[in-house]
Amino acid sequence: MAFYVVQFLTGLASAASLFLVASGLSIIFGVTRIVNFAHGAFYMIGAYIAFTLTERFSGAFGFWGGVVVAALAVALIGVLVEMVLLRRIYHAPELFQLLGTFGLTLMVEDLVVLIWGPDDLVGRRAPGFKGAVDFFGQNIPSYDLFLIALGPVVLGVLWLLFQRTRWGVLVRAATQDRDMVAALGVNQKWLFTSVFAVGVFLAALGGALQIPRDAVHHAMDLRIIVEVFVVVVIGGLGSIVGAFVAAVLVSELNAFGILIFPKISIILVFLVMAVVLIVRPWGLFGKPEAAARKTPGLTVNPWRPLTSNERLAALAALVIAATLPLFAGNYALTVGSEIAIFVIFAVSLHFLMSVGGLASFGHAAYFGLGAYGVAFLAKMAGLPMIVCLLLGPLLGCMGAAVFGFFAVQLSGVYFAMLTLAFAQIVWSIAFQWVSVTGGDNGILGVWPASWAASPSHFYWLALGVAALVTVTLRIMVFSPFGYALRATRDSLLRSEAVGINAKRIQWTAFVIAGTTAGIGGALFAYLKGSVFPDNLGISLSVDALVMVLLGGVETVSGGVIGAIVYKALNIWLVSQTDLSKLVLGGFIVLIVVVFPKGIVGMLEMLAQRRRKSSPPGSSLLAKPIESAE
Amino acid sequence: MRARNCFVGAAFALLAASVGHSALAEDIKIGEINSYSLLPSFTEPYRKGWQLAVEEINAAGGINGKKLVVVSKDDGGKPADAQTAANELVSSEGVAMLTGTFLSNIGLAVSDFANQKKVFFLAAEPLTDAVTWAKGNKYTFRLRPSNYMQAAMLVEAASKLPAKRWATIAPNYEYGQSAVAVFKKLMSEKRPDIQWVDEQWPPQGKIDAGPVVQAVAQANPEAILNVTFGPDLVKLVREGNTRGLFKGREVVSFLTGEPEYLDPLKEETPEGWIVTGYPWYSIKTPEHDAFLKAYQTKYNDYPRLGSIVGYQTIKAAAAILAKAGSTDTDKMIAAAEGLSMPSPFGEITFRKIDHQSTLGAFVGKTAQKDGKGVMVDFSYKKGADYLPSDAEVEKLRPKD
Repeated sequence: MAFYVVQFLTGLASAASLFLVASGLSIIFGVTRIVNFAHGAFYMIGAYIAFTLTERFSGAFGFWGGVVVAALAVALIGVLVEMVLLRRIYHAPELFQLLGTFGLTLMVEDLVVLIWGPDDLVGRRAPGFKGAVDFFGQNIPSYDLFLIALGPVVLGVLWLLFQRTRWGVLVRAATQDRDMVAALGVNQKWLFTSVFAVGVFLAALGGALQIPRDAVHHAMDLRIIVEVFVVVVIGGLGSIVGAFVAAVLVSELNAFGILIFPKISIILVFLVMAVVLIVRPWGLFGKPEAAARKTPGLTVNPWRPLTSNERLAALAALVIAATLPLFAGNYALTVGSEIAIFVIFAVSLHFLMSVGGLASFGHAAYFGLGAYGVAFLAKMAGLPMIVCLLLGPLLGCMGAAVFGFFAVQLSGVYFAMLTLAFAQIVWSIAFQWVSVTGGDNGILGVWPASWAASPSHFYWLALGVAALVTVTLRIMVFSPFGYALRATRDSLLRSEAVGINAKRIQWTAFVIAGTTAGIGGALFAYLKGSVFPDNLGISLSVDALVMVLLGGVETVSGGVIGAIVYKALNIWLVSQTDLSKLVLGGFIVLIVVVFPKGIVGMLEMLAQRRRKSSPPGSSLLAKPIESAE
Repeated sequence: MRARNCFVGAAFALLAASVGHSALAEDIKIGEINSYSLLPSFTEPYRKGWQLAVEEINAAGGINGKKLVVVSKDDGGKPADAQTAANELVSSEGVAMLTGTFLSNIGLAVSDFANQKKVFFLAAEPLTDAVTWAKGNKYTFRLRPSNYMQAAMLVEAASKLPAKRWATIAPNYEYGQSAVAVFKKLMSEKRPDIQWVDEQWPPQGKIDAGPVVQAVAQANPEAILNVTFGPDLVKLVREGNTRGLFKGREVVSFLTGEPEYLDPLKEETPEGWIVTGYPWYSIKTPEHDAFLKAYQTKYNDYPRLGSIVGYQTIKAAAAILAKAGSTDTDKMIAAAEGLSMPSPFGEITFRKIDHQSTLGAFVGKTAQKDGKGVMVDFSYKKGADYLPSDAEVEKLRPKD
């Protein structure tokens, strides 16, 4: 019995650290609607700075002072980031801020190694909390008891802050309806900045408090960020109590789960999230999101098919791209094939995001399923390449059909997180089912047949498929189905009122996007000759998001450009510099500031302006459309 | 949409990619790939190690009079990116052979690439047995002692312990799984009387150490096998120390004696663990002294095990190239099979039968000295003594 009590307390201690970081994320998201990917980075910087301070200043005062000062210092950095970077992009399309904070995270990972060196750092133990307390023959670290007490204290302080101060009232109001708060004359700028500072402070405090139990190292951020997001979503966005309950739930399930299934930790949080979201679409303590008052930013520049001149230009570009094998070497051709494959991948997500308004955080699942489909068919059934390429993506299609059915019942960030949960579940199956998938050692030897083996032939294949996919999806955008999908995106209520079966349309779009991603994955398997669980992983899903956002969500085919720019730059930087993450992150941040609508979105806007300034009639025409929508 | 921009952009990107570096035709180029950005604590000393080797080789006149150049790439810890890098090195840099890699899946990905493109590949660090056995191929050689070899070395010491109730803690991925599997198999062969009472599989890099330690303690084992390393090890050791998990229990631990993983523990270093590692401070052999002196002179820092791996990888590559007298792949394979060469740990041989080198490891016990972790009572285990018989290896390895 004593054992179960101690295991429970141990779970509570883990929950406390998780809660600190999660509460910060929840507050930030609730008010600013920023998916703050850099939250883990702030957590990590907090730990690093606290390490330096506590090493320099010894004693109880040095330690606790160091922890608090570190958290304050990082909060200051957070304020700086908010004012310099995020303020510029609050009005960018939804999720665009994710791109900016992603860039920051990349930079921080390289910076901490530059500043603090590559070694893992182990800090001091907390003065006064070094030992353990005996509980009926079981030892509980006294620091765990401290954390267990700290969790509810922080929860209480936050509750008082939100319920008993004017600032808290404003924050809650903004969480519920920030447009109304702005309309009532509240200075949103400072509200957002202060909220961001508080959130970052909590993250950094969570990081700093890890010093006595963890090693400080440069991958701490990724270790925590996804888990924290999951906790916030399980609890319900913007709900501090929810975050607390979710942190306890997840930690306790883990603490007791490993007694029965020692391998459960790898997937537990995602399983819990999937179950919770299917049963309660807004998390345990969340409320349904208020019906969107936003008018989609698209109205300014209605989509139209390409003019015949533009079609010719696109065709010419394709022809030029197809002549690459005449003058480029094998390496350039292989990179070209990889870029073409990522164009397919990005375009598929772009279709879902920009046309359907459904941002998936787990799109790599269908890419990877396509790759695994090919690998199974080629290695186990021994089918020829052309058959594998045709049938392999069906695995992606089936996955999308099953998961999509559940996912489209939700919307917004909940939809995104459910797709992430499904992707992680698929990933963990690929990772754990060693006898079939080879586990993390993957499936090797999936090389193309001789007709496609040469880099130039494979390049033409990949380019051809990419062009075909892009054109097909464009045709769909301007088909009746595409219009119906756009209608569900712009107004669910109105679209249902005119008789569109929104869920079915969205589900179909999800399956189309998943299958297309599967086609990319199938080609990818042959390009690399092997398939690994990585192909389904979070980082690939994030890459796809970055490509789409970089290209511009509010465009028809921005994903194409986004994929080309991001992938080419990534491959080139990794090859050329040891600080590729720093440079790439810096570049992304720069793009975010300079092109808040994405690269293609910005170019379109410039072209639009030029067009507007020359014939005056067209601007008059555009206006009624704007107001009509 | 601006379709034309994208394709023009693509063309530019590809042009940029196709402009490679140019080196003198006289140079011999080796391609090197590792997870520099993902695992800096291992790869930084590793890089220093191979840079020292390149310097020594060229100072001694290069390879048959030609200068040795190493072109190094980062794989970011992703197999797919490692293949992109391998492709760049082979197609655009024109390297004679590929070397490096740390993670097992990346080692396998590059090995498969080498097999497909008929390129020589000298795997430096990946430990999985599959590299030389189940998924071995004619083009791939490996330097580090494999999982099997390290397990066999540890079992030799562990089987002498009186403990009968054993628990295991290992990261939940291929390395941890196969280390535990081999250890269990070899242990149970030697000691049919032992019982496996608990196993814990925390996700790599994400151990929730408190519950894991409690769960293991609850099973009340007499001895524990640990396979975690890096930050996970730190968390495990700290929780274990505070909760008294290691008190009165024997612990056998993979890799923990390597400075990369032992040094961060400082005053938390547990005493008396049986570990594999690299006690650079107490190895007294002429070969190692020479290496240590050169390394410390050049970098004013002490070597980690990564330094040895990096150093010996390039030394081995140079020895193979020198003996082959050519950069022809088949000639290099012929030269490498059965080739013996000196190393800081003494002479090593690349076995003909499975292309595994006989580089060994040090097995000893952990101790604390002046608030730092050290290895004591250690001895060097030659790799050749801890490999299965040739007949077994033939069964494990596919025919070329």
